[in-house]
Amino acid sequence: AIGNTATAEPDLDAVLVINDELEMVTITEAPAHLEGALDQAISGWHFRDAATRRLETDDFENPAFLHVEQGLTAWETVEGTEGESCASCHGSIEESMKGLRAVLPKVNADGELWSMENYINDCRENRMGAEAWGWNTAPMRDMTAAIALQSRGMPVNVAIDGPAQPYWEQGKELYYKRHGLLDLSCASCHEENNGNYIRADHLSQGQINGFPVYRLKQSNMISLHNRFYGCVRDTRAESYERGGPEFRALELYVASRGNGLSVEAPSVRN
Amino acid sequence: MRTLFALCAAAATAFPAILSAETAPTEVSFSEYGEVFESLTGVPGDPEEGYKSAVSRGAGNCVACHTAQGWSQEQFPGDVGPELTGVGARYEPAQIRGILVNAKHTFPETVMPAFYNVSNLYRPGDGYTGKAAKSPDVTVLTAQQIEDILALLLTFTEE
Ligand code: HEC
Ligand code: HEC
Ligand code: HEC
Repeated sequence: AIGNTATAEPDLDAVLVINDELEMVTITEAPAHLEGALDQAISGWHFRDAATRRLETDDFENPAFLHVEQGLTAWETVEGTEGESCASCHGSIEESMKGLRAVLPKVNADGELWSMENYINDCRENRMGAEAWGWNTAPMRDMTAAIALQSRGMPVNVAIDGPAQPYWEQGKELYYKRHGLLDLSCASCHEENNGNYIRADHLSQGQINGFPVYRLKQSNMISLHNRFYGCVRDTRAESYERGGPEFRALELYVASRGNGLSVEAPSVRN
Repeated sequence: MRTLFALCAAAATAFPAILSAETAPTEVSFSEYGEVFESLTGVPGDPEEGYKSAVSRGAGNCVACHTAQGWSQEQFPGDVGPELTGVGARYEPAQIRGILVNAKHTFPETVMPAFYNVSNLYRPGDGYTGKAAKSPDVTVLTAQQIEDILALLLTFTEE
């Protein structure tokens, strides 16, 4: 091999403990539906360098917490024509939102697959009389980070059967479909080549238990659909709309590949 | 080696009319082993141009997936594909040309992209913009870039 290639394997012995008390499941047996594809589901945390990994172990060092603070402030803030805040209906975010991140996206009462952002905007528009937030805007990312935090450490557990099944199938098809001029699928990079390097990037399994993530490269929170958007764009394809039906179905499918991993949001990536 | 290329290049410019005929991506003929025997342009490849195309993200971006002694000064080449050191000695030119045009004829199901192909693509985009391709005829590399990268790889003869 040549000296200019970085070839550290993911450090699978590392253990993620947050604030010296919360031990996370970052490696677990892959769900049954992945038999033959992956033996283990591994969090993206393992594929980052030691310095990046360390940032996630302490909430005072994790830069995402500045954004969580913004989200918590917005939770208490009255907005819109109805004079309501999130807190006026839901009460404490710690109680009312606990466990939610782990089961999203899910099929709503009307049979539609909804991500957390859909629920938030539904409340803003139809219950608060406030304007919807753009899917990939700062207030939306901050709120999803604050809500996701309430499930930190709980196992991802999205439903893939019943009414979710057709969405799951759609997401699975997208995952394995080669896209773009480079003719690559999610699986080309994240299933077949996790552990390898694509240029300087250490390919992970593309798990989503850490989203929204704080990305050091952008010095900002990154929404899941923006990450999807970038990965599809990098196949030199026409990407999909953030928040659109394709990415929501993909979100469900990819989440299901990590069922059993701890919700790690808000995580830190480079 | 260098003089030989210089001579060929000089010859090429002398007969532009004959040599400008390029094989369209849909007209390339592959042997049953994935080889492409005929030059796509008739113009001999230029390894220096090939180097630029091989390392540029907007062109071949071969360094994303391959390391090679021949581009060891490039930072952080990837390792999704095999090391290309010595590839010019391991393979015949027609085999390498075939791999560059469309590696799936040589390695079915490979993740290596087809660099001179317009068929069976799903949602081709306009470069790295995330927008739809402006034309259905775009290829990742031009015919001449393929010949140039081939010329470069043929200089990778030492193990
Ligand atoms: C006027 C009352 C009201 C306000 C204000 C309100 N919500 Fe809601 N919210 C609800 C109700 C009622 C539901 C349950 C809807 C359902 O189950 O179909 C809900 C559901 C949700 C859910 C989905 C919960 C689940 O378990 O499925 C989320 C997330 C949510 N709200 C977030 C917010 C946020 C964030 C805000 C402020 C930006 C907010 N809500 C403001 C009443 C409100
Ligand atoms: C050309 C290679 C490539 C393709 C194709 C690709 N990705 Fe990625 N993806 C990357 C790279 C590089 C990263 C950053 C390193 C990492 O976390 O794996 C990344 C990161 C991610 C992450 C962030 C993981 C984390 O823990 O922060 C997710 C999620 C993801 N990809 C999902 C997808 C999905 C879904 C698809 C298909 C729509 C896809 N990727 C297609 C290269 C690719
Ligand atoms: C997205 C990854 C990727 C990119 C980009 C890529 N390749 Fe490859 N390449 C591969 C893989 C993987 C193989 C191994 C073939 C297989 O078995 O699937 C390969 C095989 C090869 C081989 C055969 C090597 C051998 O020893 O058998 C050559 C030659 C080659 N690539 C040249 C190139 C050149 C030149 C470029 C840029 C124009 C390029 N590749 C771009 C992934 C890639």
